[in-house]
Amino acid sequence: MRVTVRLFARLRDIAGTGELTRDAPAGANVGAVWSSLVADFPELSAYEKSISCAVNADYSRFTATVADGDEVAFLPPVSGG
Amino acid sequence: MPLTAITTAPLDQDAIVRELDTTGSGAVAVFLGLVRDHNKGRKVLFLDYEAYEPLALRGLDLIATEAREKWPAVRLAIHHRIGRMDIGEASVVIAAASPHRADAFAASRYAIERIKQIVPIWKHEYFDGGDVWIEGATADPDNAEAREEALRIACA
Repeated sequence: MRVTVRLFARLRDIAGTGELTRDAPAGANVGAVWSSLVADFPELSAYEKSISCAVNADYSRFTATVADGDEVAFLPPVSGG
Repeated sequence: MPLTAITTAPLDQDAIVRELDTTGSGAVAVFLGLVRDHNKGRKVLFLDYEAYEPLALRGLDLIATEAREKWPAVRLAIHHRIGRMDIGEASVVIAAASPHRADAFAASRYAIERIKQIVPIWKHEYFDGGDVWIEGATADPDNAEAREEALRIACA
């Protein structure tokens, strides 16, 4: 299956893009998608403990299973206001 | 105009206040967040805000819902601007209408504290000498401690 990954702020800078597609095995969770990103962009690993994630524009957890066509977003610590 | 919004357009505080239903209200508290000319010893030139827009809008709606639970009589409008903003421009406008001033102040304070905790918006600071992404809180709307902290600050 294939998911769309969205990256923001410094994460986007590290990856050089704010949107990319990843292939993932059936039953993969958000954490597995993140691990595959870290494999390609090792600098992302610094964010392991501080990021949040969302699936289809709703906050989610790294243990959540993803489905084909999902949009998986990784969010560094926020700084709005 | 909706009560919550993420927009690239300059914020019009008067228009936002006019959107509030002030029937029965005796107070409107308006909070403006401005682009400051300095941060941590750096001379700030301008800020460029980025958002995960659909989730940011959901976050603002969630904050409005939380505020309604705590202050049922308060009516709240929250507009956050994104994109490039110069020093002194408003990045966020929060307006809270209430029968009495205490709840209007508290609800608006709660809203700005929660924005900084859970809304996926990021400041890219351009300062004299470079640029840096500002990173604050790890966003987790289910973090009860964070929500209690925002309530504690709002009601202090």
